[in-house]
Amino acid sequence: MKEIISSITQDYLYRLIKDGKRIDGRDMLEHRDLDIQVGWIGPAEGSARVKLGDTEVIVGIKMDEGEPFPDTPDKGVIITSAELIPMASPKYESGPPGEDATEVARVVDRGIREAGVVDTSKLCIVEGEKVWMIFIDIHVLNFDGNLIDASGIGAMAALMDAVVPASEFQDDAEDYDLPIEHIVIPTTFTKIKDTIMLDSGLEEEKIANARLTVSTNEDGDIVAMQKGLSGTFEYEDTLKCVELSQEIGGSLRQKVIDIVEKGKV
Amino acid sequence: MSDNKDMELIDENGKRLDGREFDELRDIKIEAGILKRADGSAYIEWGKNKVMAAVYGPREMHPRHAQEPSKAVVRARYNMAAFSVPDRKRPGPDRRSVEISKIISEALEEVVFVEMFPRAVIDIFIEVLEASAGTRCAGLTVASVALADAGIPMSNMIASCAAGKIDGHVVLDLGKNEDNFGEADVPVGIVPNTDKITLLQMDGNLTKEEYEEAMELAIDACDEIYEIQRDALKVRYSTTLEDHGEPDDEIEKIQEEA
Amino acid sequence: MSDNKKKNKRELLLPGDLIEESEEFKPGRGTFKKDGKIYAAKLGVKTFRSGYVNVAAQSGRYDPKKGDKVIGTITDLDSSIWMVDINAPFISILHVNDVPWRVEYGDTASYIDVGDAVLIRITDVDELKKTQVSMDEEGLRKLNSGQIIEIAPSQVPRVIGRKGSMISMLKNYTGCRIFVGQNGRIWIDGDLEGQYIAVKAIQMIEEKAQVLGLTNAVEEFLKKETGKDLDESGR
Repeated sequence: MKEIISSITQDYLYRLIKDGKRIDGRDMLEHRDLDIQVGWIGPAEGSARVKLGDTEVIVGIKMDEGEPFPDTPDKGVIITSAELIPMASPKYESGPPGEDATEVARVVDRGIREAGVVDTSKLCIVEGEKVWMIFIDIHVLNFDGNLIDASGIGAMAALMDAVVPASEFQDDAEDYDLPIEHIVIPTTFTKIKDTIMLDSGLEEEKIANARLTVSTNEDGDIVAMQKGLSGTFEYEDTLKCVELSQEIGGSLRQKVIDIVEKGKV
Repeated sequence: MSDNKDMELIDENGKRLDGREFDELRDIKIEAGILKRADGSAYIEWGKNKVMAAVYGPREMHPRHAQEPSKAVVRARYNMAAFSVPDRKRPGPDRRSVEISKIISEALEEVVFVEMFPRAVIDIFIEVLEASAGTRCAGLTVASVALADAGIPMSNMIASCAAGKIDGHVVLDLGKNEDNFGEADVPVGIVPNTDKITLLQMDGNLTKEEYEEAMELAIDACDEIYEIQRDALKVRYSTTLEDHGEPDDEIEKIQEEA
Repeated sequence: MSDNKKKNKRELLLPGDLIEESEEFKPGRGTFKKDGKIYAAKLGVKTFRSGYVNVAAQSGRYDPKKGDKVIGTITDLDSSIWMVDINAPFISILHVNDVPWRVEYGDTASYIDVGDAVLIRITDVDELKKTQVSMDEEGLRKLNSGQIIEIAPSQVPRVIGRKGSMISMLKNYTGCRIFVGQNGRIWIDGDLEGQYIAVKAIQMIEEKAQVLGLTNAVEEFLKKETGKDLDESGR
């Protein structure tokens, strides 16, 4: 059944937002409670369970030896997939990943692979023949809006938690922490009428006109962006989102670092 | 099951690899009502297994041609997360998960009052997040709790557990190595109130006597598991039992004042 | 009366639990009979009424019953009917003959459109769970302002409260008009601030884990948020 939001409720939400309020009482630039648990999945080389409000995802990292891509014979390979399993929402259906799942996976992937989060040159075993393959699998358990941030933060935390299982594959090799070069944090903003807000919940996402994800690293550099939905942003708005992402990303990054360090002990 | 005998599964003191007695279950913890979107949900940790179940429905069956005119379809989907096993599992259904989904659906249909919801479907999504032998039993057990949590009318829940044979001994609830290197595995699902069997599979090799012994172990263990299922629901609903409410027939009168 | 005594017992029943062995009661909603005994078919608490023993569900989706007053949302329409989502397993049907206006054939959208919210009564649920609803009765109407929130249908009695105490308290403090549909949808209309506080209070009722003294806790919240202090007698 399609999820329909009645027009009077929609009007109420617009009026509330115009009045500077959100349904759950948050400020426009406040994200929901963020809870991260790392190392939760035994068979995974790294894992993180992330709750962003009621949105819940599990990200698992698996590693295996494989062949490098011909154009990067001395670099490890990173493959990101997302499954919006039907457990997570009455809207999701069984079957191969649809366009929403693919978008989440691609945006997370850009914020990791092309942002140089992992130093893949340290993941070469035999140049041109054998490198480490890193599989990032995002499993969405409960969908209550803003999958991109929950998944992106989860993927980052899971990578930071990950250990390369070298001893299982090679004689007299030792396991080592995955070489992390940058910590990238995605921040997703939505625009409802003329108001821009951070980390929309499901109800807000349903009436959102436009969405913008900005992922930044610890230097404040922008490493990935994605504009979604059919509405538009003013150029100035995008600048504002970048500045906000740098600022908010900073505090979220510290939180992720603290949690992963605690989890590793 | 494999014939590989190079693994000792029982030590000289007659204990199993993880220190259990022959008739001892691994630790089981169940939590009900863990997912907000689903109509009902539950989570189970069974040894190192971590399995979640969510129920949606009864809701309209799609595709429409799959509707049953006189009853609801009970549709379980067993799925393993890519990271749930040591060698990454390719996402999506394979022959094993399709078969397990089918037998779990059939086992649950037995207890659900399906005739109350013609044309509808009751969807049960079972997600294996970490697998360590016995996931179908854990899945069926946790799915039953999720169904009760979803308010689905049923004659009883179902409890499920396996017994098997290792190093020539019949034992309860095979662990991972016991499953890989043992001689037989018998997953069983029962209706605890009647002891009727709704799920039964077997692979390996057992004498008739060993089969009897295994079934007795499994059925006894199911009674133990049933208590854990019940406790999980009691904990979940303990706070809602306080009588603040108004009997249904008086609601109308109060509604009128709006 | 044994009826009254048993009413306040709040023991959680699970599917398959034995409720009654005697022949004193007949099996009602949420129960089933087997070999002369009555068992719970659902997770819930038992209630006794006019010779029947029932299990009042504590969870689950809305199961439409004839006579219920519910809040629906229009999902689709054609020349002579509207399809109404009432939070049940199936979409229900509102026919042009069952609204208080004379609607010309094909003119449905100018009266009620997709996305509109309606206050309706369930007039029929057939054996295939096909559900008819009507708006042709005093008090039933299209809802033109306010908002709708959703709670678990099993929580409806808690939001209403004993003899309507909770709901009238909500109305008095927030100044809102509030209608609680049996399907778990609640319509709230009033000024923006009042609506905002009413929604928060209802969420509190639904989620509050410590239930002892819930009414007091909600009243404290309402006092704090609205700055009012209504006397007990004001209810």
